[in-house]
Amino acid sequence: MKFWIGAAVVAAALVAMAALVNYEYFFFAGYTVLMFVVLSTAWNILGGYAGYVNFGTPAFFGLGAYSAAVLYKATAAPLALQIALAAVMAGLLGFGAGLLTLRLRGIFFAIATIAVTVIMQTVFINWRYAGGATGLQLLRPEPIAPFESYIKMLFIVMALTALASVAIARYIERSWIGRGLRAVRDSEEAAEASGVPTLRLKLFACTVSGALMGVAGAPMPMYLSFIEPASTFNLTYAIGAIASPMIGGTAHWLGPVIGAVLLSSLQQIVTVTVSNETNVLLVGVLLVFFVVAAPEGIVGLFRRLLRRR
Amino acid sequence: MGIPLDLLLEAVLFGILLGGFYAAVSMGLSVSFGLLDVPNVAHPAIMVFGSYCTFVVVGRFGLDPIVAGLALTPVFFILGMAVYRFYYEVFERRGGREAGVRGIAFFFGVALIIEVGLILAFGVDQRMVDAPYIGKSVALMDDIRIPMRTLVAFGVAIVLTIALTLYMSKTFTGRAIKAVAQDEPALRLMGANPVRIKQWAFGIATATSVIAGSMLIIVGPVEPGIDRDYIGRTFAVVVLAGLGSMTGTVAAGLILGISESIVLIHPSLGASWAPAVSFILLLVILGVRPQGLFGR
Repeated sequence: MKFWIGAAVVAAALVAMAALVNYEYFFFAGYTVLMFVVLSTAWNILGGYAGYVNFGTPAFFGLGAYSAAVLYKATAAPLALQIALAAVMAGLLGFGAGLLTLRLRGIFFAIATIAVTVIMQTVFINWRYAGGATGLQLLRPEPIAPFESYIKMLFIVMALTALASVAIARYIERSWIGRGLRAVRDSEEAAEASGVPTLRLKLFACTVSGALMGVAGAPMPMYLSFIEPASTFNLTYAIGAIASPMIGGTAHWLGPVIGAVLLSSLQQIVTVTVSNETNVLLVGVLLVFFVVAAPEGIVGLFRRLLRRR
Repeated sequence: MGIPLDLLLEAVLFGILLGGFYAAVSMGLSVSFGLLDVPNVAHPAIMVFGSYCTFVVVGRFGLDPIVAGLALTPVFFILGMAVYRFYYEVFERRGGREAGVRGIAFFFGVALIIEVGLILAFGVDQRMVDAPYIGKSVALMDDIRIPMRTLVAFGVAIVLTIALTLYMSKTFTGRAIKAVAQDEPALRLMGANPVRIKQWAFGIATATSVIAGSMLIIVGPVEPGIDRDYIGRTFAVVVLAGLGSMTGTVAAGLILGISESIVLIHPSLGASWAPAVSFILLLVILGVRPQGLFGR
């Protein structure tokens, strides 16, 4: 119950922000932060709970973005339909990739997901209709009624997506699915031997995780009015999606949220004030620091602090 | 396929040279990941770091790039030992939940730091070195010309491969490294210290990656982000080889090199498909024969 009240408060606060703030850049930056909340939460479903490192965030994100863009180019379908298609396509990719690779041990799975990303990128570079390597210019439609600007609308859409994905992750974490996934992470052999349907659970996690990443990507073409393979399938998304849960803590649904909000807000600031390179360096240093010194992340640090008192 | 025979022949020839080079750049990973089971996704980044070190040494002392690479091996050997020691203390020894996940994330972060560090220090421009054999080519048969630089890199690759293979099979430490990979508890029972052996092996793996790095900058200009192209290639070679097999590494390198260069000249595929070759190969092996060609 507490969670839902909290979620409602956050949603109300974000809507109020959209109504009151009239500073376009705020929504531009806020959208990115929320997008990384979705990506990190989605990553954590497979990476945090089941312990399978997915470097392939850009593949799912990019497929979602391209599904939306191509659908829009072909039929001028509304955003809701674009998002739905993105979820289905990225979910299918998750299922397919999972079927092919989830029998693999840790690092092999991780490398296989990089492979999926590069192959997806190559496919879209070579697909003329979707713009090929040069990309596709898209004309934004008018925003829907209560919104006066399209960016604000996308901000709210991403906010709702973020809340939904956190709710899904929290549900999975607390249900038997989450227990099963944790059993997989701790010892796959032991889980299998005690009757946990490990492959089916991993496939489920991979599909849900992929679909959510696709949804995170779906509004991107409209956000930029443009789509192009090199930046859409960029490793940056993988870096953010991995670093945020590691920094926030992978065991609890709140971890990726805290990590993503902190990390991408910090990134927004550093990119604007210093440089993009410093920003990536910062992420690398933070990632290594937390992985080495605070393996349970910020959530773990807080827990330890509370226990000590 | 619609490729003229002479063009195909040239592609295969070039592929063999490229393949030897790929085998050599994968050697270090074949030891660190193949034999020691360390998820070293930073291997290509360390190699590119080696390229830049070579670049600096060549620029400062006017050495030949290969000599510079060789001169740098002790530094990289020590660096490698330090990295493994750290990895061991933080992840392998403590073990516990998620040590694997965090180990991968650790090396991923290290790769990022190296890449961005190089951008901050040298910028994103391409760097290259000078040597008498760079920019020349040898005529082979009637109209096939092979760049000298590729030939030199191929030669170094062959020497490196033979040296490492001999080291692994003939010397005491080399055999100990293989023993650690095969049965660590047994080695421990024999009174040997597996951590020290692994540390030594990781040092050797890192030392070979500076030689690989100097070859990389001989073969072509280098920029900080080039390591991303080699994640797929090196892991594809090591997995296709069968983890830790040196002969397999050579065979796998050749297969990758030839496939890439054929895709490159193929009229309907071409350069835009070349980066995906190694990854497609990797996925196929993982799906069909995960133990690789010469798997244990």
